[in-house]
Amino acid sequence: MSVDSIFVHKMWDDNEISKMVKGGVPFHMLSDGGGKVGAAYSVYDEDAGVENRGRFIIDPEGIIRGYEVLTPPVGRYVAETVRQIQAFQLVRKSKGTEATPSGWKPGKMTLKPGPDLVGKVWKVWKPHQESD
Amino acid sequence: MAQKPAVGCARPTGGVVGKPDATKEQQPQQSTTEVRKMIQVGKPAPDFVAPAYYKGEFTSVKLSDYLGKWVILCFYPGDFTFV
Repeated sequence: MSVDSIFVHKMWDDNEISKMVKGGVPFHMLSDGGGKVGAAYSVYDEDAGVENRGRFIIDPEGIIRGYEVLTPPVGRYVAETVRQIQAFQLVRKSKGTEATPSGWKPGKMTLKPGPDLVGKVWKVWKPHQESD
Repeated sequence: MAQKPAVGCARPTGGVVGKPDATKEQQPQQSTTEVRKMIQVGKPAPDFVAPAYYKGEFTSVKLSDYLGKWVILCFYPGDFTFV
């Protein structure tokens, strides 16, 4: 979503994005002229008249699970967004009985918070596992 | 003389120049705090309807139509802004 019109979105997709991604943008390109939606999400920069790079993860109940907002010159890292969604999906599936430690990826161990784990995380999880 | 704007990753914009309108300044500034409070993890995402371009067609998207699915909502400064 940006403040550009849907007509400009089409031109961008036709003339540039489709040359990078086969078939063009595979999802909806939304238009927020005036920045009203962006303002509701606190990403609209009134001085510049544009939206910052905001990314929101919204769960099936419509609850915001996470967000990241960057100023324009730095791009996002899509793999991290995917990882976060996978983590939220695991937590949801476990009905909140499991939590994902720092650096978690699918297949890596999770933590099961409870009285027995208080003060004992150091026994089951080491910092090097963050980047293993 | 016209100056060449620097080419950056934000969409270039302009604005009014000159002295600020004194009458406007005296008006109480509208607070956006109420709106900003709505954005919090673990709290509902503000619903919206927006015009959309999708695979050659013009359509519209309502966020609440996607209840039951995971949604990634991305904002960006503008089309053709490089990053």
